[in-house]
Amino acid sequence: MHHRDISLDVVLDIYTRVLRIRRFEEEVARLFRQGQLPGFVHLYIGEEAVAAGVCAALTNEDTIVSTHRGHGHVIAKGGDIKRMMAELFGKATGYCKGKGGSMHIADFGIGMLGAIGIVGGGLPIAVGAGLSAWYTGSDRVSVCFFGDGAANEGSFHESLNLASTLALPVIFVCENNQYGEFTPAANAMNITDIADRAVAYGIPGVVADGVDALEMHRITRAAVKRARAGGGPTLIEAKTHRRGSHAEGEEAFLGGQTYRDEAETAAAQANDPLLLLHTYVSEQDIAPAERLETLDADITRLVAEAVAAARNSPEPGIETVFEDLWL
Amino acid sequence: MPRKTYVAAIQEALAEEMRRDSRVFLIGEDVRIGVFPSTRGLHAEFGNQRVIDTPISELAVAGAGIGAAITGLRPIVDLMFGTFLYLAFDQIANQAGAMRYMYGGQTMAPLVFMAQNGAGSSAGHHHSQAVHQFFMNMPQIKVILPSTPYDGKGLLKSAIRDDNPVLFLHSLALGGKRGDVPAEEYLIPIGLADIKRAGRDVTICSAGPTVQTALDAAKILEGEGVDAEVIDLRSLSPWDKGTVLASVAKTGRFVAVDESFPTCSAASEWCATVAEEAFHQLRAPVQRVTNKDVPMPFSPVLEQAALPSAADVIAAVRETLA
Repeated sequence: MHHRDISLDVVLDIYTRVLRIRRFEEEVARLFRQGQLPGFVHLYIGEEAVAAGVCAALTNEDTIVSTHRGHGHVIAKGGDIKRMMAELFGKATGYCKGKGGSMHIADFGIGMLGAIGIVGGGLPIAVGAGLSAWYTGSDRVSVCFFGDGAANEGSFHESLNLASTLALPVIFVCENNQYGEFTPAANAMNITDIADRAVAYGIPGVVADGVDALEMHRITRAAVKRARAGGGPTLIEAKTHRRGSHAEGEEAFLGGQTYRDEAETAAAQANDPLLLLHTYVSEQDIAPAERLETLDADITRLVAEAVAAARNSPEPGIETVFEDLWL
Repeated sequence: MPRKTYVAAIQEALAEEMRRDSRVFLIGEDVRIGVFPSTRGLHAEFGNQRVIDTPISELAVAGAGIGAAITGLRPIVDLMFGTFLYLAFDQIANQAGAMRYMYGGQTMAPLVFMAQNGAGSSAGHHHSQAVHQFFMNMPQIKVILPSTPYDGKGLLKSAIRDDNPVLFLHSLALGGKRGDVPAEEYLIPIGLADIKRAGRDVTICSAGPTVQTALDAAKILEGEGVDAEVIDLRSLSPWDKGTVLASVAKTGRFVAVDESFPTCSAASEWCATVAEEAFHQLRAPVQRVTNKDVPMPFSPVLEQAALPSAADVIAAVRETLA
């Protein structure tokens, strides 16, 4: 498929975002397996096209709200990999000084208003960010990432309805990765497309191929344009696939049980967002192979440096447990 | 000094702060009409943009307030009845109070959640519960429960100017109560108690409607030769331990009067603190006077029976004197 409406620079930018997320997450998976990371990590591998395509349609001032599976959103919005990695290690140099961890990374300087660990918890907050833009007369838009699981929460209904009735500039991006924890999305709802629910709120609902970063970008661009013009919210359902586990090390919760069939996993692996974009970039001759290889090597080195820096960073001082309280 | 009702004083605080700061706005169900009517008349002055009616969606409205607060505004989220806060629990407990800390100090959430707290209108369990004790348990949520028009206005103005999330609870039972409210501007700092009646023999600690219960009891006790000191905490989180402990150091007796369900009530916290920090000054065990441990009943007679009464307070004071 051709994407002539997306400039080559933008394609390369999106490709870079996808690759940064992939290499970061692969490293996080390794670190977790080696027992180097405290807590839980939820990886975004297989879903990179969504965050990259969406965030490439936003400015620095536009805001996003993220989920427990949030690393990709931070990176796609322009987050600092070093501060992210340090936060995953719980170090003082992390984004949240070790108080948030993997599920609570935020970077207010780039409009990343925070990852929220509660499924559906971010939707109302994103509505508030949209309310803020509306109130101040700014043309800023607010994007909310959430999963298929969150679409079954009451907060989804309340938030979409509220944003619709007030005609707020909010873009609801549902990452339908086919699983709510271990339960197939199909077992948790009797409809095929979550986007259909938009009808109930009188807003546009669009199904997007969440594996295709450029399609994600194009659809988001239209929703952003509409929101900036005062046209109100859009619900975008990105059909994607969670490549790996719900949480790394999930075997510990499964007690030997399985919940996916291998054919499905194999099919998803073949339909890989990075591979798809790489093929397009190569076929369209957007960048020479050597340049892509250099890019990959640079990102890999950046991630390795982030790990080294995180390891060498100090633990938070015990006294900081009483910092960042009431102003 | 002008005499105003409790609810009029609250309305005045809202109007003054909205005039003072264009980032302050009011959002909630039927805030234009003003059900209680603490928000009545504000829409006429401030219009649709600053007095925002919403669908009945407590969770989303509370969260929208948070989202607006962390992006530079100062929302007042009116959730109407305290019991409706249960519907917004996730946003208040998981997000509002924790955000600043969780994100390493990158943000602040300067917003006020406002709701009516407690019983007194015979509205049954779903519209008659006091809920302050739940929020006292949550880190980094300030909780205010004023008992007079003067305190209500001064504390609400402070709450709106505060850079942190504040739960401002007002009492429907006190709505029509009149009191002196100065014409000139004033603020009351959050976290400062007020001694509503000075006394030597026993410390009675209270907040909101139980302040009057305590004062009624103190008057009767006076006839028996017992001189009770009545403390109105006004703020429940943070709360003024200093004033309470100083009073106990003087009286040696402590009775906590609180409209909460008894287990883990606000009174439990006050009593635990006094027992921990003033044990050697106590001449008698601490006493708790709370709601009875039942859902709130409808019948006016039963509702009164379920609430802490002056007779309950007098009985508790007598225990400390026995």
